[in-house]
Amino acid sequence: MAINLAEELSSITTNATASDWREAIRRAGDGLVAGGVTTEDYTEQMIAAVEEHGPYIVIAPGVALAHARPSESVKKGGLSWVSLASPVEFGHKSNDPVSLVIGLAALDHTAHIEVLRAVAGILSDPATRSGLDAAASAEEVRSLLARAASPK
Amino acid sequence: MKIVAVCGMGIGTSVLLKMNAEKVLQDLGIDADIEAADIGVARGAAQTAEIVLTSEELAPEIGDVPARVIVIENFFDLDEIHKKLSAAVQ
Repeated sequence: MAINLAEELSSITTNATASDWREAIRRAGDGLVAGGVTTEDYTEQMIAAVEEHGPYIVIAPGVALAHARPSESVKKGGLSWVSLASPVEFGHKSNDPVSLVIGLAALDHTAHIEVLRAVAGILSDPATRSGLDAAASAEEVRSLLARAASPK
Repeated sequence: MKIVAVCGMGIGTSVLLKMNAEKVLQDLGIDADIEAADIGVARGAAQTAEIVLTSEELAPEIGDVPARVIVIENFFDLDEIHKKLSAAVQ
């Protein structure tokens, strides 16, 4: 059974502004904190992960999946969604610039697999993706995600 | 066949990569065991694997392993994964 991502997202921000990749990740972290998913430490850990390993979290053109290890900073599993008013460079060779940052927090290494599957399913579909990029409000994002989750 | 999908933390991108690679292998009719691993675990796991899937940024960090390292650019692009995996398993 397909997961409705609209119900899984702890927070959705559209038209967010960020001057660089750190700020873009911070917006996604703010969303996780606001949704009661993580503490502010987790945001810093997500930034540190990119400082350590490079922009590998930019997993597809325009999309970054910000995350850090399961830790005490994670209160529960959750996702935040941040679409940027102006895309920012993460320094990725082929997938820059990034216009969508998804923040992911998981309690362990196996939780959230179904949620990730839903994310992959939705973002692999070019029509859904362009609709989501153009969505101007959280309500619009939610309704697009709900529509994508319902059986065709 | 053993395949390791590698990312920095082992919870996000490697899991996505594992899922999409499983879809592709199913299409190819290849029976493989795909493990998602973080970069630390991956160096060990790659010693006994035939293929390592990862992103361009992390490929150099895996170091010298007997497995064939395949770099995936777009983790959502099943065509890319299909093309690269099928070339590697032939």
